[in-house]
Amino acid sequence: MIEEATEQSVRETYLNKEQGILSWLLTTDHKRIGILYTISITFFFFLGGFFALLMRLELIDPRNWLVSAETYNKLFTMHGIIMVWFFLIPSIPNTLGNFVLPMALGAKDLAFPKLNLASWYVFMLGAAVTIFALFRGGVDTGWTFYTPFSTTYSTTYVTAATVGVFINGFSSIMTGLNFIATVHRMRAPGLTWYKLPIFVWSHYATSIIFVLATPVLATTLLMVAVERIFQVGIFDPRLGGDPVLFQHMFWFYSHPAVYIMVLPAMAVVSEIIPAFSRKPLFGYKAVAYSSIAIATIGFLVWGHHMFVAGISAYSAMSFSILSYFVAVPSAIKVFNWTATVYRGAVSWDTPMLYAIGFVGLFTIGGMTGLFLAALGLDVHLTDTYFVIAHFHYIMVGGTVMAYLGGVHYWWPKISGKLYPEGLARLSAVTIFLGFNLTFFPQFVLGYLGMPRRYAAYPEEFQFLNILSTAGASILGVGYVMPLFYLLWSWKYGKEAGPNPWRATGLEWQTSSPPPKHNFEETPIITTSLPYPYEEMKEELGLVQTR
Amino acid sequence: MKTALKFWPDSASSVSGQVNFFFVLMVVLCTSIAVAIAFFLIYSTLRYHRKHDNEMGRPTRYRIPVEVAWTVIPFFFFMGMFAWGSKLYFDIERPPDNAIKMYAIGQQWMWELQHPEGPREINELHIPVGRPVQLSLISQDVIHSFFVPAFRTKQDVLPGRYTTTWFKATVPGKYHLFCAEYCGAKHSGMIGWIYAMDPQDYQRWLTEGAAEGSFSSQGEKFFHQFGCANCHHFERQGRAPYLKDLYGRRVEIEGGQTVVADENYIRESILNPNAKIVYGFQPNVMPNFTGQLTEDQVLALISYVKALGPEPGSQQPSSSGTAPKEYGQEKGIAGPGATSISGSHPQER
Repeated sequence: MIEEATEQSVRETYLNKEQGILSWLLTTDHKRIGILYTISITFFFFLGGFFALLMRLELIDPRNWLVSAETYNKLFTMHGIIMVWFFLIPSIPNTLGNFVLPMALGAKDLAFPKLNLASWYVFMLGAAVTIFALFRGGVDTGWTFYTPFSTTYSTTYVTAATVGVFINGFSSIMTGLNFIATVHRMRAPGLTWYKLPIFVWSHYATSIIFVLATPVLATTLLMVAVERIFQVGIFDPRLGGDPVLFQHMFWFYSHPAVYIMVLPAMAVVSEIIPAFSRKPLFGYKAVAYSSIAIATIGFLVWGHHMFVAGISAYSAMSFSILSYFVAVPSAIKVFNWTATVYRGAVSWDTPMLYAIGFVGLFTIGGMTGLFLAALGLDVHLTDTYFVIAHFHYIMVGGTVMAYLGGVHYWWPKISGKLYPEGLARLSAVTIFLGFNLTFFPQFVLGYLGMPRRYAAYPEEFQFLNILSTAGASILGVGYVMPLFYLLWSWKYGKEAGPNPWRATGLEWQTSSPPPKHNFEETPIITTSLPYPYEEMKEELGLVQTR
Repeated sequence: MKTALKFWPDSASSVSGQVNFFFVLMVVLCTSIAVAIAFFLIYSTLRYHRKHDNEMGRPTRYRIPVEVAWTVIPFFFFMGMFAWGSKLYFDIERPPDNAIKMYAIGQQWMWELQHPEGPREINELHIPVGRPVQLSLISQDVIHSFFVPAFRTKQDVLPGRYTTTWFKATVPGKYHLFCAEYCGAKHSGMIGWIYAMDPQDYQRWLTEGAAEGSFSSQGEKFFHQFGCANCHHFERQGRAPYLKDLYGRRVEIEGGQTVVADENYIRESILNPNAKIVYGFQPNVMPNFTGQLTEDQVLALISYVKALGPEPGSQQPSSSGTAPKEYGQEKGIAGPGATSISGSHPQER
């Protein structure tokens, strides 16, 4: 008896094969690096969230009652910088992508395991420089670093912050290169492109953006630093530069960056919905190609951030029509996800709650994007809270919901344990409600005309701001809950077994937690379709009852 | 000040009704579709809820026409939104010919507003109801944005280049003016009021405030004070180009190009005269005024040049708002937002 138990508990996994802090810091295992990233970005999520909380508290009252205007400006700047570059961009690709992508391909690891580890160190170095800027007094330019304010007028630690983000960019590029090489070279025998899960397709599209867009950000930030330090005229008209040029360059990266944030979210949701409907994704090829279409057209819409910045009417019209083009593949995805649920064998498990929440909130975020792409409406709505609400519906309602859904979905694989289902559902519902209460009133505020980045505001905006702050406190509680119950379950949770959801992905065909090299033997793919429920039903123990 | 709860903005300009209508239409359309999707999704999760742990979903047969339908139908809706939005944009951005020309200077953290008749206001702008008002905007330092929610207009205010916005107030009242582009510490304090007044009240207000003489006459003073008149005298053969009837005219410059003498051209020619030399003149004759003049002095000079009609002493520049388009296109940067939209027509609603 005793012998048996010991034998079971010493099954070698990636978690216990090597031990000690160094075995983590020097690991080249994609799963462990995924966990290193998860720990880092969780820290940044709560740090950025703390800044958001202070902002929401400040905005309870129309006057500056809690912090000064200067401090408020630093709060929204640091909130933006940390959330965009140190949470959202790495959130899904570097954590779940890192952990799952090689397994979804039947591979032992990513193509370049050491590059993968290097990307984490580069990420942490960028983070350290940014945190340094924060502790020296912060930055007050907004995450967008608009010139000439950032290059000539701001007296805060702009250079340090741009250097931090500049370094961070290299980790994105490394991850992108690694994913592209891995998808091309490391697929298991028989795993052809049209059998790849959408998770892989979407990460592949994301990686293309990582590699093509990030260098533009790096150059732009470098130019900001150069103009700031050496007074070379690039963006400041007093030195002979053009401030609008900065906006073109910045948004050439930062709009595709939105798709860096949302494509991986779509990747996760495209796994969860089939898994909890127990049927193949509807319109697989349409969904796969819509990821590629989003990545491609996404490069051509940057000017829609600049409709009132003094660009010509005809370039504004071009960017407007291209922005509507990019909405089409997003709409295709929403319809296909919805059709997947139809006639499924659906459950309300936590990951599915998050995925359905994602579809709803992403739809609202996407549709309000249609308002902003309409030139005549954008004139009124841009730079107001309508925009704030819109992109939080995409990035928080979309990406964060999908991230949490993905964490719950793959948690049994990552930890080998089941999380407590009741608590998890409660937190998913709390987050959904809190989110809507926080951000829906901001649409109304935006149409009323409340400009963004205001530390104080006219009294007529107060009621909606109070609603928003109330929602934010609910949202905060919702976000803290998973932190505790997931950690608790890591130690005390029930054993999950290899495939608790009876899903079809290759990652579910190995034990939980997986061995160091993922599979005892390289899987050979004999099924003919992606999400092959029909072909695998005996293996999964499923029956067609209807 | 006591203010009631507000959920809908004031609508007080000639375009605000159109914006409201389009906005509400979009809300109704998008809400219906979102509700339909949500209903179908939630209905499916309930109707097809798993009854046994080992139950498998029934594969839906893939139908290409379905995929095509939900690609093409939204696409046509999107094109409709694009067309409507663009039409509205032209109405919002294209200033009518008969607009009163005013000037606004943004600086950290205040608005300076200049009437052609002379009065200058800080963080307040009085305008008559029923007459279009066109503002040339420039910033002394960083980028600001001139935003009047009740009028549904917004235009970024750039350093180094004029941009334009216009509006026609329809309802007398007091409306917020906000800076909508983050501009530093007191960004949220860079706010003011627009007072839309009955035309008679506005006339009364103007006469009370016009002490210093018209804006172009202030420009004339600077024209002499800074020595411009020494070379730019009004005889055809001077050392410097002839300025009468210059505004809005096409100017041939060295190198064979022509530019239209709009506000941005005149500004550049004052601050950095060597940038574009008029055909037949010598470079390095006129001193460089960069850093020598404040933005309101430059604007006053431009206003003076604009007022130099074909007849000496004429106060009305010939048709303004003509042609500068080509200049903008050549620079690839100007547009309805810049001072340079052409072919504008009066908008009567």
